[in-house]
Amino acid sequence: MRRGWTAAVAVSLAGLLAVTACGGGGGEQGGDGKQAATKVEVFSWWTGGGEAKGLEAMVADFKKKQPGIEFVNAAVAGGSGTQAKAVLASRLQANQPPDSFQGHAGAELLGYIKAGQLEPLNSFYDEQKLREAFPQQLIEQITYQGNIYSVPVNIHRSNVLWYSPAVLKEAGLSGAPKTIEEFIAALKTVKEKTKKIPLSLGAQWTADHLLESVLLGTLGVDAYNALWTANADWSGPQVTKALENFKTILGYTQQEAASTDWQVAAKNVVDGKAAFNIMGDWAAGYFKELGKQPKQDYDWAASPGTDGVYMWLSDSFTLPKNAPHRAAAVEWLKICASKEGQDLFNPAKGSIPARKDADRSLYKDYLAWALEQWSTNKLAGSMWHGVTVNDRWHTEIDTAVGLFLGSRDVPKLQQALAAAAKNSGQ
Amino acid sequence: MRRYRRWLPGLVLLAPSMIAIAVFVYGLIGWNFKLAMSDQHDQVTAGKFVGLENFTALWDDERWGLAVRHAVLFTVVFVLGALVLGWFLALLMDKGIRGEGGFRAVYLFPMAVSFIATGIVWRWLMSPAPPERGVGLNQLFDSVGLGFLANEWWQNRSYGMAAMALPAIWQMSGYVMALYLAGFRGVPDELREAARVDGCTEWKVYRYVVFPHLRPVTLAALIILGHISLKIFDLVVAIATKQIIADVPAVYMWVMTFDAHDPAKGATIAAYMLLAVAVLVIPYLVWTVRSERRA
Repeated sequence: MRRGWTAAVAVSLAGLLAVTACGGGGGEQGGDGKQAATKVEVFSWWTGGGEAKGLEAMVADFKKKQPGIEFVNAAVAGGSGTQAKAVLASRLQANQPPDSFQGHAGAELLGYIKAGQLEPLNSFYDEQKLREAFPQQLIEQITYQGNIYSVPVNIHRSNVLWYSPAVLKEAGLSGAPKTIEEFIAALKTVKEKTKKIPLSLGAQWTADHLLESVLLGTLGVDAYNALWTANADWSGPQVTKALENFKTILGYTQQEAASTDWQVAAKNVVDGKAAFNIMGDWAAGYFKELGKQPKQDYDWAASPGTDGVYMWLSDSFTLPKNAPHRAAAVEWLKICASKEGQDLFNPAKGSIPARKDADRSLYKDYLAWALEQWSTNKLAGSMWHGVTVNDRWHTEIDTAVGLFLGSRDVPKLQQALAAAAKNSGQ
Repeated sequence: MRRYRRWLPGLVLLAPSMIAIAVFVYGLIGWNFKLAMSDQHDQVTAGKFVGLENFTALWDDERWGLAVRHAVLFTVVFVLGALVLGWFLALLMDKGIRGEGGFRAVYLFPMAVSFIATGIVWRWLMSPAPPERGVGLNQLFDSVGLGFLANEWWQNRSYGMAAMALPAIWQMSGYVMALYLAGFRGVPDELREAARVDGCTEWKVYRYVVFPHLRPVTLAALIILGHISLKIFDLVVAIATKQIIADVPAVYMWVMTFDAHDPAKGATIAAYMLLAVAVLVIPYLVWTVRSERRA
């Protein structure tokens, strides 16, 4: 009897321990400062393809320059960062930040900034002379109330029109349309003269992506940039016109768009099944993977009405407050900001450096064009990819567009967008 | 001392799981309701008590109305579909069939597949592309001369969620069959024989003797399917990703909590989902306890 008793206690104690151990794990803290400088934990969602290769190249450079610091790659896979952001949020809430984490540069970081989870990097920018290295407009567009909170490693372009030269020839079109009006006319011609999809679209978020290009193409760069400021006019006739254009353009997309992901939507163009696709320039990397020839299987131009404007988005790295190994994290940011680091990362990832002094010989085909444009164009921040709106605003625009795809009701969409701007709390 | 000995070991043995359930189930449910009744609409503000404000405000939200409509349509089609199909399969089995074991295994197999895997396959099967670009079922219909059957499946704005229920029916009807089969087999042969002796036709034996015995099975199946259906998330995300066209409460909750970072609104949606399941489960529990007492 006594035996059974003790066994019962032992079993239940073991159970209790197992339960409490769940809460006690992961509490590792860098003890003294010296110990702490020996490693750096970098959080990203770069786990595959060119992104992972680019990260590896930067890490190799980091190890060469900082042999004393161990690099811990805390990348989380899945859904272009969705999973990673959920993991990150819980770590930040538990006050166990990584030493540096990836985030889209711009308003997408506002949640972290307002929660006081990021350190301003102004003095880092001054020391590393980054204000001169990056384009002036980029610095302006990532500054929030006088502070900069992240270091852009790369630049992607959102407003790119990809097209199939073969399908355009079949429709009797001579080249890429320059304005929205020409674009709509071209879509009509493709629909009438060929059996191909005029504009290949994917799931709901690619419609959000299309919307920002149509807004920029209709409003022009200054009015577009003003949409994301405090005195934005979302109810004006110009926005109405842009949304009417959006509706007309959506009328030329394929029926199965909602069950198509962006890769398939873009692939329709290089396979000669569709005439046009508006997608960010990660499509160029995808086409390269597919073994397609630029200028033959596909060609590109600025999306209609946006020539001379670079709608950018950028992956950047941050310095969280209470980073356990702050000094090492700063060393990592130096690599991210440096010419060498950016020239190692970007050719592999298929993007261009944010710096103006990149080594041009490393960038071929589409990237050579993009680099050229980056140094001469005016800049507009991408809405959908986190530059101009915070998370709430972003979600509300997505909801409004999703409902619009069903209702096709322009006044309702405009009201919803105006309300989203007002309620964003940005 | 002796008195303690009788109940203390049992209590100590149960304590860890009781504590874990108290904290991680009921504690978190309580915390969720507290959050839902606060105005903590971002990660920063502390949030103060606002009563049921979030619960009423949600009904002014067009997207919520749509998500609820979708969930109701999905639930009706899925629960009825799986019940009827499962019942019918069990009836065929009960009538005696050669190789019953094999059939039973085949019908039960889909249970072993996760909703994610089911979703990925059915996403392809139910591709809404027109015949010239068609894949999956639309292509099949076209090639056997049934082109008129090709349709938009889940992308239809009004009845799309009914199509979304098809993979769920495929997956769960085998399970319902197993439940019903156990029900059929639970009816004693003596009863059936007595009915036959009294001159019942085979149909009447089922209608008046066997089916009435199946009521508890039907109720249990209804509860199990109903709560799966109201919480459905993985299947919808695997087929449609997070699009309004196939929005359901669980997806909306995810979006508000993890994309928009609005804890209060996410918690409110979660609270409604819990209440919807509770409406189903609590009367069932009460009924079970009562009938057990009677027995």
